[in-house]
Amino acid sequence: MYREDSARYKKFSRRALILGGGQIGLFGVLAGRMYQLQVLESNRYKTLADENRINLRLLPPPRGRILDSFGNPLATNRENYRVLLVAEQARDVSSTLTSLGELIFISERDKKRILEESIKRKSFVPITVRENLDWQNVSQIEVNAPDLPGVIIDVGQSRQYPLGENLSHLLGYVAPVSEKDKTIDRSRDPLLQLPGFKIGKSGVEKKLERRLRGVAGNSQLEVNAIGRVIRELSRQEGRPGDDVVLTIDALIQNLAIEKLKDKKSAAAVVMDINNGNIIALASVPGYDPNAFDVGFTKKKWEEISTDPLAPLINKAVSGLYAPGSTFKMIVALAALEHGVISPGQNVFCRGHVELGNTRFHCWKKHGHGLVNLHTALQQSCDTYFYEIAQRVGINKIAEMGYRFGLGKLTGIDLPNERGGLLPTSSWKKKRLGESWQKGETLVAGIGQGFVLTTPLQLAVMTARIASGKEIKPQIIHGFISNGKIEKIEKSTPRDLQISKVFRNLVMEGMDAVSNTPRGTGYRARIKDRGFEIAGKTGTVQVKRISKYERDTRVLKNKERPWIERDHALFVAFGPVKNPRYSVSVVVEHGGRGSAVAAPIARDILYEIFKREPLDKKKRQRMPGKIKSGRKI
Amino acid sequence: MKFGTSANQPMTIGQKLWQVNWSLIFFLIGLAIIGCAMLYSAGDANWDPWAKRQLIRFGIGLLLIIMVAITDIRIWLRYAYPLYFLVLGLLIAVDVIGVVGGGAQRWINLGIIQLQPSEIMKITLVLALAKFFHSRSLEEIVRPTMLIIPLLLLVAPVLLVLRQPDLGTAIILTMTAGVIFFLAGVRAWKFGLIIGSILASLPVAWTMLHPYQKNRILIFLDPESDPLGAGYHIMQSKIALGSGGIFGKGYLSGTQSHLNFLPEKQTDFIFTMLAEEFGMVGGLLLLAVYAIILIYSFAIALRIHNQFGRLVTLGISGTFFFYIFINIAMVMGLLPVVGIPLPMVSYGGTAMLSIMIGFGFIICSYVHRDIRIGRHGSEAND
Repeated sequence: MYREDSARYKKFSRRALILGGGQIGLFGVLAGRMYQLQVLESNRYKTLADENRINLRLLPPPRGRILDSFGNPLATNRENYRVLLVAEQARDVSSTLTSLGELIFISERDKKRILEESIKRKSFVPITVRENLDWQNVSQIEVNAPDLPGVIIDVGQSRQYPLGENLSHLLGYVAPVSEKDKTIDRSRDPLLQLPGFKIGKSGVEKKLERRLRGVAGNSQLEVNAIGRVIRELSRQEGRPGDDVVLTIDALIQNLAIEKLKDKKSAAAVVMDINNGNIIALASVPGYDPNAFDVGFTKKKWEEISTDPLAPLINKAVSGLYAPGSTFKMIVALAALEHGVISPGQNVFCRGHVELGNTRFHCWKKHGHGLVNLHTALQQSCDTYFYEIAQRVGINKIAEMGYRFGLGKLTGIDLPNERGGLLPTSSWKKKRLGESWQKGETLVAGIGQGFVLTTPLQLAVMTARIASGKEIKPQIIHGFISNGKIEKIEKSTPRDLQISKVFRNLVMEGMDAVSNTPRGTGYRARIKDRGFEIAGKTGTVQVKRISKYERDTRVLKNKERPWIERDHALFVAFGPVKNPRYSVSVVVEHGGRGSAVAAPIARDILYEIFKREPLDKKKRQRMPGKIKSGRKI
Repeated sequence: MKFGTSANQPMTIGQKLWQVNWSLIFFLIGLAIIGCAMLYSAGDANWDPWAKRQLIRFGIGLLLIIMVAITDIRIWLRYAYPLYFLVLGLLIAVDVIGVVGGGAQRWINLGIIQLQPSEIMKITLVLALAKFFHSRSLEEIVRPTMLIIPLLLLVAPVLLVLRQPDLGTAIILTMTAGVIFFLAGVRAWKFGLIIGSILASLPVAWTMLHPYQKNRILIFLDPESDPLGAGYHIMQSKIALGSGGIFGKGYLSGTQSHLNFLPEKQTDFIFTMLAEEFGMVGGLLLLAVYAIILIYSFAIALRIHNQFGRLVTLGISGTFFFYIFINIAMVMGLLPVVGIPLPMVSYGGTAMLSIMIGFGFIICSYVHRDIRIGRHGSEAND
């Protein structure tokens, strides 16, 4: 028995050694793996561990302000007081809501939403109860804070437009980033991913988004596995957005809107002839841009976006109108330059011209009699321009139009600008597949038919007539970045290479429109000496006048339904002796240019002249009032 | 023998206590202190809910070690089979009346304590197999038919445990039995045969696995395929370990553990937390303590004069080893996640108590090392 156990012991001990060796080997494997993970690959895992625990939180920068050329704020940031509720700190969400509801109004829908969110979200994530609280509400909540566990007051920023509707189109508005915006904006700015972050959606806010937005700061936060913030590890402040100084003069802008307000749908542009600065750019109807930030109700949004008067469209740059008689200066310059007519040459107007079987009417039924360039402009004789348009041809008219900024984009720093149209024979062939008809040249000669322009283009055209230079419209005066003023460099405008003689002939014609008793704009003149303006009226037919109407009686504008009334146009520059400003006014279905549009242009220019007396030095723009600080 | 007692003379309790391997107990206490320190950290520097209870259990465990150690080894030999069948009965009872816990039926509620029979089975299986091989001569063991009974002793609990389902315990039971078979002198080629047939039956076994078990194995093979799903645990564990580096992030400062990226840090992944806070140095130190305990058990086994005691000692130490190896290999991504705690360190009552009872048997074998026992239970007379 003992011997036998001895044999078993021998076997046991041998195998125990093998087993022990195996165990040591496997421990070695463990130690080796530890070495691999904790020494060789340690750096990789350290990075992963930090990625786990460190959460980068973006700190949105304050958006840059938008100022007018005198430093008046046009778009600013307002502190937006919000009430937030942290579910885990509130003893009971619904009872806290009830007591909060005694202090501020909370709609039933909001209550439902908050209760739902408090269940759905993690309990430490604050839920927005209400935004845009006034001071009274804020202080009431603060006073009752001990009875409202989990209720926090938070200050956010919201955009405010002090001029409201008056600058709605020009400035645009801001709204939360949409999915589409994310695909369009290629900057990969992390701010775009931030929930609720607002960017410019139209106007200057959109065009200058990059400058206005600024650069996000960030805060490194330590979070645990479910995302709760444990502490802040570091913080890097961002850079606030740059302030944008516009060429706009808020006072003139207000005035322009004021003058247009009683019209259903209209636009006006005022511009500095010497440098192309836009002083006012008005379009009615508008909308309240402040409402976008607070948020529209669905109904209100539908109302605005489907309104036939298109309050969301900036008609000054996106509205296309036949220029009507305001186009006659271009036709005249084309005819003069190509020598098809001399200034003194007369054309006899008997109220209409015949071309083939078609009769083209002058606005004056019984005709103007003998007219030359000067009187044709003065009285806006259509027959004269039928004649010279026919002589010079459509292609040369279009070419002259291009030189004056028509038929193509002006390149203003605003979104959705439209280029209008100057028809040519090749254009018609290409687009419509038809050859150009002679009669179409006649119609184009009085600015109707295919010709389309924007109010901005008309102001640019007038500025170029008055200056002889290739003036380009500008709306940005400069930027204020970090308290430093940064002016936009402007190249000196090129000469248009139009004979001064021809240009003077046209300008004298426009002077006669406004300042001679027979001129179509005489009733809308400025009488003060030295401040006289020179203009050109335009009345654009919307509906063809039938033979029957001509034979009986053409209905007056007021007798027709609004949509069939003529568009009223007026372009002008002034003062005549020393042109400084150009203006264009378009009133949709307003009636006659002389009666409706011209007085508006006159009033606007008159206000500017009063604001900037000629005998005194120009009021200094830009410096002075604008300080580096955020408040004015 | 060298000590005052002659080979088979009954010892007094005092003599037995003198013989108890106190240095082994010293290292077990060391393990328990490491465990409590880690549980204190896992509770974010709180004694509750884990560290305190673990300490109390360890105290109870120490009493059990002594009680088991000073009981005559021949009593354990005599009751090895009854104990085995008693626990087998409990396993069946778990199957019938067990309380569902953690998605698997593992617990039996005895009123005062919740018992996990599968843990105790690891000890009683060792006792039963040791008794079986103790009573067989080498010549008998060589016979293939002789392996039928011990295989049945193994297969019965393994099948019951798999039904719960508890793959980890089934693996430990099988490997422990393998160790005893090996030490008892079963021919090496038979192991080859068994391993070969296991490999051959893997495809069949695969179809029998629960979906979550299949998933665990698939994710083990490629943890990064599912970093936010089931592969999350093992990824986070590797990140915690790796980011600990050589010296660790400091006690109570493991970001992965304390920010809750690490799952189950008080049980299966406690080694990860230790290695995150104390680095590779800490991990190797713990391994060293385990190694010392294992070496002790080998030294003890080689000094025992009866086959039963030898097989029990290395059987238990084998179980202990597999616990350590599988757990650490698992948290380091070397093995699939099977739910095996780190012995003496992980939080868990029955697991700790059954391991300590196991060490009671090792010490018991040491205390009674000079008793020679015949194959049939009678005292050996040469």
